[in-house]
Amino acid sequence: MSAPENLKYTKTHEWILVDGDVGTVGITDHAQQELGDVTYLELPDTGESVAAGEPFGVVESVKAATDIYAPLDGEVVERNDGAVETPEVINTSPYEGAWLIKVRIADPSQLDSLMDPAEYSSFAEGAGH
Amino acid sequence: MTDSATGQLKRTALFEQHEALGAKIVPFAGWEMPVQYEGILAEHKRVRSGVGLFDLGHMGQVEVTGPDALEFLQYTTTNDISGLAPGDAKYGLLPNDNGGVVDDIIVYRSPEGEPGYMVVVNAANTDKDVAWWEELRQRRLDLDVNLDDISHKLGMIAIQGPLASQVVGKITDERIDDIPYFSWKNAEVAGVNAKIARTGYTGEDGFEFYATQDDTVAIWSALLTAGQEEGIAPIGLGARDTLRLEAGMPLYGQELGDDISPYEAGLGWAVSLKKGEFVGKEQMQSVKSAGAPRRTVGFMTTERSASPRSHCAVQLDGREIGYVTSGTFAPSLGQNIGLALIDREYAGIDKPLQIIVRDKAVNAVQVKTPFYKREA
Repeated sequence: MSAPENLKYTKTHEWILVDGDVGTVGITDHAQQELGDVTYLELPDTGESVAAGEPFGVVESVKAATDIYAPLDGEVVERNDGAVETPEVINTSPYEGAWLIKVRIADPSQLDSLMDPAEYSSFAEGAGH
Repeated sequence: MTDSATGQLKRTALFEQHEALGAKIVPFAGWEMPVQYEGILAEHKRVRSGVGLFDLGHMGQVEVTGPDALEFLQYTTTNDISGLAPGDAKYGLLPNDNGGVVDDIIVYRSPEGEPGYMVVVNAANTDKDVAWWEELRQRRLDLDVNLDDISHKLGMIAIQGPLASQVVGKITDERIDDIPYFSWKNAEVAGVNAKIARTGYTGEDGFEFYATQDDTVAIWSALLTAGQEEGIAPIGLGARDTLRLEAGMPLYGQELGDDISPYEAGLGWAVSLKKGEFVGKEQMQSVKSAGAPRRTVGFMTTERSASPRSHCAVQLDGREIGYVTSGTFAPSLGQNIGLALIDREYAGIDKPLQIIVRDKAVNAVQVKTPFYKREA
């Protein structure tokens, strides 16, 4: 499992990369390993709002479907249509090719409640198998 | 292996092999079993195009012997096995008194020179089945029959795929390519004694081996080594489920249950109403005569969506008409498929359905099963 240094993480296994007031969101390497082969991805349209801790999309593997949760409040400014078309990119490139949405961050203070890479790694190893 | 009475999960003799092969292990029907190794899609495709190996040590087996073994099985199962020659097998159902289904089973008549029958049952149902058979035995004290649950000592391995026969041929001197579908025979394989059956649950050609738990380890290792050229690899329960569903085969607890008639499940062919008295016969007869009120139908979704799963509601124009019994993304077809139990008036090839997947109505069309059929 990998957890890049420049990202922040949720307990529901999403990551966020912050660049100014825009956050790029995806699911972690640990999450894609747990899911297995991803076959389907559903994402919100640009302009829709997302809320911290609330589901904004669905990722499905051969085994099961899982909600994807927003790390913080904001408005979707871009979504990765390529990942919707070829969702297996979530398995092959969870931190780059499979970014899912870009969000205009409403409240930067919400970032403080997210985990850093070291915290997330030990959290995921504890939760993982 | 641990005792189920302690509530601990049981392990097959191959458990260490699975761990060494990098399997992801999950609890299943009271056992710790591999759900996947390299990934469900890759494993599924390997069985369709090459060959894969399955540990089925969790499956249950019950030996039925004694002078009245045949009569007892005729009374307690739905299919007619009176015509089975030694070494032949037949699919059937273990019925309840209401005309529902306690389990689906395969009855093997022992090869020439050996007495009785062996019945293979689902892992999750083994204890329940044995208890029901014991109860039925009390009901038929006129019959001289012995029941022996041999699940704990018997192991089971399946090898499935178009190249299965080629691989098995390398580890036994016995001829195996002439074993007919739904037959078995004794053979020495990998230096141990086993019974090799031409049965499976994938829609591909293949074999199932029955041997002692310990001896399955030798067979497993020999098959993995012998099949290297053919690209053999172990297959977990995840791909076992997608393979069986593409092949349109029922799974107990989904397509089959205590309150589903075989005629609703599309398994009327496994019920012989002509053979004489058996448990639940009258009830099954009346469902058949009146026409089963619900039908099991195959469907494919016609738009992109999350996969339909068991228990998803099935609607037509906003009206609920049934539910999904099994659903998955079908790796061989690249789209979502499933089986659903719906009111009979809506059943028919090419007729529409809507499946409620995660609160969204997804359009689907009824199609013939099996969804996948291997080339002859």
